[in-house]
Amino acid sequence: MQRFALIAVPYVWLLALFLVPFIIVFKISLSDIALSIPPYTPTLEDGFGPFFAALDFENFAFLASDDLYWRAYASSLRIAAISTFLTLLVGYPIAYAMARAPEEWRPTLMMLVILPFWTSFLIRVYAWMGILSQEGFLNQFLLWTGIISDPLMILNTNTAVYIGIIYTYVPFMILPIFSALDRLDGSLIEAAEDLGCSRLQAFWLVTIPLSKNGIIAGSFLVFIPALGEFVIPSLLGGSGTLMIGKVLWEEFFNNRDWPVASAVAVILLLILIIPIILFQRNQQRQAEEEA
Amino acid sequence: MNRLSWFNVTSLTLGFAFLYLPMVILVIYSFNESKLVTVWAGFSTKWYGELLQNEAFLDAAWVTIKVAVLSSTFATVLGTMAAYVLVRGGRFLGRTVFSGMIYAPLVMPEVITGLSLLLLFIGIGLDRDVLTIVLAHTTFSMCYVSVVVSSRLMTFDRSLEEAALDLGCSSFDAFRLVTLPIIAPAVISGWLLAFTLSLDDLVIASFTAGPSATTLPIKIFSAVRLGVSPEINALSTIMIGIVTVGVISASLVSKRNSLRQQREEQAAARAA
Repeated sequence: MQRFALIAVPYVWLLALFLVPFIIVFKISLSDIALSIPPYTPTLEDGFGPFFAALDFENFAFLASDDLYWRAYASSLRIAAISTFLTLLVGYPIAYAMARAPEEWRPTLMMLVILPFWTSFLIRVYAWMGILSQEGFLNQFLLWTGIISDPLMILNTNTAVYIGIIYTYVPFMILPIFSALDRLDGSLIEAAEDLGCSRLQAFWLVTIPLSKNGIIAGSFLVFIPALGEFVIPSLLGGSGTLMIGKVLWEEFFNNRDWPVASAVAVILLLILIIPIILFQRNQQRQAEEEA
Repeated sequence: MNRLSWFNVTSLTLGFAFLYLPMVILVIYSFNESKLVTVWAGFSTKWYGELLQNEAFLDAAWVTIKVAVLSSTFATVLGTMAAYVLVRGGRFLGRTVFSGMIYAPLVMPEVITGLSLLLLFIGIGLDRDVLTIVLAHTTFSMCYVSVVVSSRLMTFDRSLEEAALDLGCSSFDAFRLVTLPIIAPAVISGWLLAFTLSLDDLVIASFTAGPSATTLPIKIFSAVRLGVSPEINALSTIMIGIVTVGVISASLVSKRNSLRQQREEQAAARAA
């Protein structure tokens, strides 16, 4: 009885507030927009038969026919992929240096990487608005040094979105790579160097392959949330920045087209399933290797 | 291998400068006299004063704290139960679905979670208010809590529980007297994580909050959409300050506890 209650309470909670809402999203994605409250049709009040008869894939056909959505998905994928790669370039040297730092420093360095996590995401993104704007800190600095003579337009461009994603997600990249490098046996690199590798070759042939699992895990941890990102493109991006999270938000709040917003969500979910499964596999393989 | 090359020193310096400079700049400019946030016009704390007189922000802060305390507490209870079920529950019907529902919210885009919950609340005719935000936050943070707690449950010695059961504890007493004290640090960090996730959340709260209940992130977001403002800088500084003090003191406490535990273990070893 006790065991039953223990299982049932969290189970029912998640069913009611996680699974059922998804079924509703899926159902509404098959509905039509209507001028009523709630703004879609059919509802179950119409009776079961007409309810199912009225569901169709019209919204998906609409998404497929409208160029905007294609471009939004493609551009989300591109922005997420490019920023994941850039985050790797920024994060790897930091993780590498952390793993090489004296043992007694490492807990402090770890804490310094984790600390920003606890600070509001919104504030961390907002901090860049003041830095990247036309009269912002970065432009003032560059003008002062004489590197540029006219302020650069960075805020409200895709560049600002890349910077925002790298900044907020780089800890997700650093931590798994650090934990892979931390476990790496230093004598392997010495062996490679003794056998005639240059330092760079040893890095390329030994260190990188042995930190592969960390690189893969970190990349997924950046890519997956970046794909559906809303705050960064809407604060740092410009009108030309197309990302699907923003499109969904606008479809829902500005256009009040719930069925289309739901269809956008369903497709985003389908796109995300692939990287999520790959990530799970990588984690499982890693766990098996360790066991 | 403990000598840092110049390359590593440079990466660490640049890396941490990149992580911390934006926030340092934000904090400095919150003390700027000028309304023009990019021109330095002397030290002033006037934006903090204005912030304290801004009723809308204070109301929103109060709602945010209420939501965070309630949702993180519910999430800790539910998440710990879920972790216990996952690690110790054995086999039961629908276990795969259950573990799927625990892990899926961790990777779900917030816009989808928010949208789906809003559609549910409207579908069942629940008015959007503090309650709906609490329900939404509890749901996604309980999954984070359960991941944190289950990783602790997996590593601890199960024979301690079995000993308690053999010695006549009921399974609930065994949990209360043996398991819970051992996993307490994980439960506490789970609560803290849930609390910060709730404080932080903009997207899910925007979908599930009604006009009568606005949280601080929603207020901040609608203010900064129009551009940088010194009041928001002041507010951000306060929030950064609270988090920094909180995290540093939490890590000091846990360090002291682990030192004490070490000493006790050494003393026990000597006594034996």
